[in-house]
Order: sequence, then structure tokens, then C-alpha cells
Amino acid sequence: MNVASPAAPAVSDKPAHARLSGVTRVFEGKLPVHALGPLDLALARGEFFSVVGPSGCGKSTLMDLIAGLNPPTAGTIIFEDKPVVGEVPDGIGAVFQEDASFPWLTVRDNVAFGLRRAGVDAVEIKRRVDYVIGFMGLKDFTAAYPAQLSGGMRQRVCIARTLVLQPRLILLDEPFGALDQQTRLLMGDELLRLWRETGATIMLITHALDEAAMLSDRVGVMSARPGRFIETLTTGWPRTRDSNIVAEASFGAVTARLWSLLRAESLKAIGADSSGAAAPEAAAG
Amino acid sequence: MSRKAAIVVTRIAVIVAAIAALEILCRVKLISPLTLIPPSQMVAVLWELLVSGKITDDIVQTFSTVALAFLLSVAAGFALGALIHALPRVRRALDPLLASYYAIPFFVFYPLLIALFGLNKIPLVVIGLVFATAAMVIATLNGLDRVPRVMQKTARVMRLSGARAVLAITLPSAAPYLFTGLKLALAYAFIGVIAGEFILSGGGLGFSIAYAYNNFDSQTMYALMLFVLLVVTVVNGVLHVIEQRMLARRAGR
Repeated sequence: MNVASPAAPAVSDKPAHARLSGVTRVFEGKLPVHALGPLDLALARGEFFSVVGPSGCGKSTLMDLIAGLNPPTAGTIIFEDKPVVGEVPDGIGAVFQEDASFPWLTVRDNVAFGLRRAGVDAVEIKRRVDYVIGFMGLKDFTAAYPAQLSGGMRQRVCIARTLVLQPRLILLDEPFGALDQQTRLLMGDELLRLWRETGATIMLITHALDEAAMLSDRVGVMSARPGRFIETLTTGWPRTRDSNIVAEASFGAVTARLWSLLRAESLKAIGADSSGAAAPEAAAG
Repeated sequence: MSRKAAIVVTRIAVIVAAIAALEILCRVKLISPLTLIPPSQMVAVLWELLVSGKITDDIVQTFSTVALAFLLSVAAGFALGALIHALPRVRRALDPLLASYYAIPFFVFYPLLIALFGLNKIPLVVIGLVFATAAMVIATLNGLDRVPRVMQKTARVMRLSGARAVLAITLPSAAPYLFTGLKLALAYAFIGVIAGEFILSGGGLGFSIAYAYNNFDSQTMYALMLFVLLVVTVVNGVLHVIEQRMLARRAGR
């Protein structure tokens, strides 16, 4: 069990929205797998932070830890000044790579799901659901079932379902991983728009370097397993950016820098995989 | 005509043709009336039996027993299935037993049940229950296995407590498989109860069919058989329509 200690955080003294100090994660088993850490991370309130890293480096493990879906083996995680222990804290929303829309509900009912469970009154639910449905461009599909929608639209439904709960920290685990390149770019624009409008802190896990470079204020580059941050890159983009930024020279410089950092780690990851030493849980991260 | 309509029309045509052929074979006495009566006569006799109220008690008895066995088996099967699903070790131990469950001829235990509980409803309910529960257990396991992990993650991110997560996410997610379990449990409950009545009981449709058979009353026997067939067909048809609607929605049709 990890109990948060009042010990001084290792990263900085600025108040962070979420802070990880000395966090590690080991998957127990016959052959324990050291998946992650030790790592420190401080997410500033309202920033757009992306995590890139070679496959199997523990990116998704990191997200599960911050969300409170899994406990760290060591270290502490603080969200809004409270330790994250055992359950998902109020104010955190998450969208996963897998399609998590509910196939038995219409788009509208999918989006309203969380509010209904939370006992919000019907008028308020309608107002918020209508707003989010409009915002995510789902107006013409409210009565449709997820099976009638494309993968990109279903992911919009999942994002809408999360947004409607007004999370202050949104965790995105490769939400566009299954989408084609054009759809990804457009969804990236949507993401920037919702980030600006909601003022939420966003942590995006992605394997697409251009996506990370285009969307983020900062990009954390992780090493091969056990995942640690080898560098955190500040992009310096204005808050009003969009996908047009991919045409700028400085965008190419950021992407190039990310790749030069990642190349060696990715080779290590492939080498580790081909030696057969990869553990399935960690590789799935 | 759409392809779907063509299939339905063909299906009805086959059934109607088979009945018509049977009717003709019986009428021209190629099939002896001692062996089989014409379908039209089955309907006429059945109508008479229904209107006269002679079989009302049997109907009530059989259907109430089936309903009881069905409801208990669904509840027990679901509870057991959920329990076994939560205990992987127990499941590994039980898997081969579940897989070979229907190889056991349960009716050999029926006399024992009568000795235990007496000649009343209970042995019938028990045999229906024994027959139907395993189908529901297997369907429940199947359904719970197929709930995507991301659904459980979603439930936790939405901060749903265990019971609410099960009701709001796990059950709807597993619903198509659970519904298959319901259908099978109902079929098995019918088989168990009517066969039990047939072997030994004081009333019910199965008993009446056996009684008519033993007394060379082929008119009543066939009329009752037709009745059982019709009821089971209608019930299954209704369940099928409900199931198709559910599946169509999920498949985006």
C-alpha cells in the first residue's frame, strides 16, 4: 500500500495540478516486471502535456496510475492537493484507445450516462448534454447507436461523455490511435479547441510524434522499459495554435528533436522485444 | 420482394407444404388414422378441448411449473455464473464438469426426486431447474467473459460503485449472451417439466398426453401435442423478435 506522505515533492515547489514523486510500478508475478519509474512529474494547471515513448515503455501504466486505476508500487501521486489512493478522484476524466462507447445506448444516452448516474437533475442534464453534443459535432447523430457511426465518431462520443462531466484533468490514452491520419489531424484541432474552452489540464499519451509536437505545451519523452522521463521538451506554441502549425519550420525542429531522443530508446525496445524478454502486461502498456 | 421477405415467405411455404402433405396423406389413408390424425382434426379437437375447459387445470399446472422452474433457474444460474466468474480457481475446477453436464441423463434421478419430495410439483420444478440452470450458468460465464476490459475501466473512471457498475455497464454489455441463456433455460425448463409429467405425475399436459396414449385416445394425444408445440413456438418467436431488435441496434442495422 502506498500512503501519501507529506514529504517535500521532488520536482519543484510550484503548486502543481497533479504531481508524481518517485513513482514506480512493478507487475508482480513469477518474473516481476519493472514497468515504470522511478519518475517524477508535475502537471501545471491548464497545460497540455503529451507523453511519447517506445512501445511497451509503460505509457498506459503511467496513465492508469495517475487516474487511480492502479496503485503505484512506490512513490506518491497527488491530484489537487489530495493523494490518489485506491479510486479515481473526482475531477479526472479518461478516454482510452479502445472503443468504450456503450453499444446499447444512443449517442445522447451515452453522453448523458455519467450525469444520470450522478443524480444531476433532468433540466441540467439536457442543457449540458446539448451543449457538449453541439461542441463535439454530434448534433445529427443523437438518436444513432454507436454501431452506426465511424470509429472517429465513436471516439467523439467517448470524449463527449467525458467532457460533459467537466473534468479538470483529462487523460487521453492514444484516443486517436485507431484513426486514419487526416481524421487524427482534425481530431487534434478539436482537442485543442476543447482544451482552450474548458481550461482543463490535458495529458495525452500518443505514439505519434507529430501529434505530440503539434498539440502540446510540453512533451515528456520516456525511455524504454522501465519507463522514465529522459527529457521534457517545451514547444513554446501559442495557446491559439491549430494543425496549421505543422507547416512551420519550428514544428519540424520539435519533431526532429523528439525523434532523435526516441530513436535509441525505440531500438532498445525492439531489441528487448526480439530477445523474448518482454512481459505481456508491460508490452501492452 | 426484399431478400429478407423472400426468406420468410420460403420458410412459411415449407411449413405449409409439410402440413398440407400430412393432411393429404392422412385423408387418403396412406397413413392409418390409428397412427396419425390429419392436422385439421388436431386443430378441431384442440379447439374443443380448450373451449370445454377440460384441459384448463393441466395447462395451469404445467405452465406454472415451467414458469417456476424457469425463474428459479435463471436466478440460480446467473448467481452461480457470476460467482464462478469471480473465482477463477473454482472455475478451472468446474469447467470440465460444466462442459459435460448435459451428457448426464438426469431423468434417471426423477424417481429418486419423487421418493424425496412426494408426487407433487416439487420434483418437477427440481428436474426443470437441474436441466435449465447449467445453460444459464454457461451463458452468464460467456457473457461476463466478453465484457471488454475498457468497459470496466470506464465504470471506474465514472466512479461507479461495484453494484451500480454491474447494473449500468456489465449487465447491458453482457446482455446478448445472457439473453441466449434465458432462451435456453426456458427451452430446458419446458423439456424437463413436460418430460417429468410424462414419466410420472398427477396432472399437467405431459401427464395428459401420456394418459391419452395409454388409452389409445390418439385424438386427444395429438391435439395436446399440437398445443404444446404451438405454445413453445409462440414463446420462442416472441423471444426471438426481442433478441433480434436488441442485436440489430448493436450491429447498427
